[in-house]
Amino acid sequence: MFQLDEVTKEFAGRTALGPITLTIPDGKTTALIGPSGCGKSTLLRLLIGLIEPDAGRVSFDGTDVNAGTAQALRRRIGYVVQDGGLFPHLTARGNVALLARHLGWDRGRIDARIAELAALTRFPTDALDRHPQRLSGGQRQRVGLMRALMLDPAALLLDEPLGALDPLVRAELQNDLRAIFQSLGKTVVLVTHDLGEASFFGDRIVLLKDGRIVQDGTPADLWHRPADPFVTRFIQAQRGPLIPAEAS
Amino acid sequence: MRRFALFALIIAAGCSHPNREKPSVAIGAKQFTESILLAEMGTQLGRRGGIEMRRRDLGSTPNLWLALTQGDIDAYPEYTGTITRQILKDDPPDLAAALAVHGIRMSRPLGFLNNYSLGMRKDVAAQRQIAKISDLRHHPDLRCGFIPEFRDRPDGWPGLKRAYDLPQKDIREMKHTVAYAAVVDKSLDLTEVYTTDGEIAQYDLLVLEDDRKFFPDYETVWLYRADLEQRRPDAVARLRQLEGAITERNMRELNTRVQVGKAKESQVAGDFLSEKFGPAGHDSTPEPDDTLARRLWDTTVEHLQLVVPSLLAALLVSVPLGVLAARRVQLGRVVLASTGLLQTIPSLALLLFLMPLLKWLLGSGIGAPTAIAALFLYSLLPIVRNTHAGLTGIAPSLRESALALGLTRWAILWRIELPLAAPTILAGVKTAAVINVGTATLGGFIGAGGYGRPILRGLDKSDIPLMLEGAIPAAALALLVEAGFGLVERIIAKRRGD
Repeated sequence: MFQLDEVTKEFAGRTALGPITLTIPDGKTTALIGPSGCGKSTLLRLLIGLIEPDAGRVSFDGTDVNAGTAQALRRRIGYVVQDGGLFPHLTARGNVALLARHLGWDRGRIDARIAELAALTRFPTDALDRHPQRLSGGQRQRVGLMRALMLDPAALLLDEPLGALDPLVRAELQNDLRAIFQSLGKTVVLVTHDLGEASFFGDRIVLLKDGRIVQDGTPADLWHRPADPFVTRFIQAQRGPLIPAEAS
Repeated sequence: MRRFALFALIIAAGCSHPNREKPSVAIGAKQFTESILLAEMGTQLGRRGGIEMRRRDLGSTPNLWLALTQGDIDAYPEYTGTITRQILKDDPPDLAAALAVHGIRMSRPLGFLNNYSLGMRKDVAAQRQIAKISDLRHHPDLRCGFIPEFRDRPDGWPGLKRAYDLPQKDIREMKHTVAYAAVVDKSLDLTEVYTTDGEIAQYDLLVLEDDRKFFPDYETVWLYRADLEQRRPDAVARLRQLEGAITERNMRELNTRVQVGKAKESQVAGDFLSEKFGPAGHDSTPEPDDTLARRLWDTTVEHLQLVVPSLLAALLVSVPLGVLAARRVQLGRVVLASTGLLQTIPSLALLLFLMPLLKWLLGSGIGAPTAIAALFLYSLLPIVRNTHAGLTGIAPSLRESALALGLTRWAILWRIELPLAAPTILAGVKTAAVINVGTATLGGFIGAGGYGRPILRGLDKSDIPLMLEGAIPAAALALLVEAGFGLVERIIAKRRGD
């Protein structure tokens, strides 16, 4: 469980986020959404300690996220960025196995885990020994996901994971990702600017604007009970949205 | 892991050059024909007595004196005038006693004088009615070419100028053989000569009379370490066989055979010894074979012994420096600026600056260590700069991905950053290696050996084939190094699937 208490973050004297108080519960998928510059990626980076808050407190399962604890916590939290963030000098297998090798896992254990993950993410095993530049965009994203899941983390953070993909690949990967999230039952936090995607994945949607939470609720809450005229504007700005039914 | 293995292999290759056994007696020579001939005679006389001897060509007087007093060499031929005016800077009544203070002994004269004088074309001298040095006072427009040592030494031009009140202003520094050629083709009027120079007779030059007896007599003697007398009395006895054995005429002929006839010093010295003392006996230590292949092999090994250790040391120092420079912006500027500054120091100046430093550190200022130190300093910049560029050029998102994985800073550096920067770092190492191969030829100036040895000797003798014996392999080695690194770059690129 992630917990943020009165967290603020400034960049160059301008408030990028907060003050924000938010609880992200276990086992659910939470989508952070909002226009560019609303602070959604900043929030995600605070969760994994890539940046530290100027004020307030961020914790994961009761442990403060700070410079001293971040490294240990990161091994319990998977992190996926746009286009996979893969290291170009390593093969797909090398990318996925990197941390396990550093931690001294033996080869058999690593290979077994990679086989398991390749099956889970439907990644072709014959492509495991290719370097990132010889993989398709969708494949790179699957490798990024495998790398994040290698140590079987308690939580998974995804920063616009599908932003760079063409629509067909994207749709296929969306389906696969949702199936994976559901089968693993992990805590997932996903940043996207696409409301359709947020609704598709999110058990819960947190809409941000100018560093503040505008609305925090289920997709249906946003559609049917917008907290603010901005929410309505944001929803209407999405083209061809998938309108969910009112929960009965 | 494979990278580790490769690195270990390179280091092992660098360290495993067989340490040549230190010869029991080393005879020094200044880098001009007469000195080399005399040292060669001493060396061959020693070998005739079954003593293992080696000649080392070490540059100019201060180098030789330093090498002798430090024990890098055991003996070398010197001129009494140089001992009083340049080495002791004093004219003591008992020269042997003054030298003994330094732990050095002096043989009796070898027989000939090699005095300084000034020489010019006979026709030019006749036209201006010059016969003596004092006549020069009336010709301030004469163009002079001197070796740097003569121009600066108190017993050279400065003293001469004062003693005769000479007005000449157009003084150029050049090598002795170049000055002779310039006088002959009339682009210079006057140069300093040594009275045993073969060129005087060859070009039929006029040697001006030293009518005020400014130049002292330059009698030729052996200087040797006092401890050599205890260690190898037989070696001292062999060297002293030359006492009174060489006339001025002998010496001029021998010099001419080398300078003009392009004969090999070892051959000329050997012929003279056989004529004087009879042919070499059967119990003599065989001379090392002197084929082109053998010489090439020797200079190549010597050259690599300069290049490989200096490059490896530079690699070990500059990659961490480059990492530091990339991590700390302020410190990085200082590191890059100071390695850049090193690069701007002319190589000869750097060698001269390093000589006293290395003497203080290692007890020897000449030879390979000094050259390696200079090459090391020159190799720093390309590697530091490229390591810095390679690391700062990594996309911040990749570094963040590595951090987010939970890798330690060291693991990020070792597993992500350095491998990503490796092609850039390798390009820096390539640049350093190629510069290093070329610069190492300067090792010839300080007795470090390598391809510089035949190049410098060839320059002194105006012997183009000998110069090429160093220049061509140096160029070939540079190209080979470049091609070798190119191959490694392609293999790495291929493994990354580019």
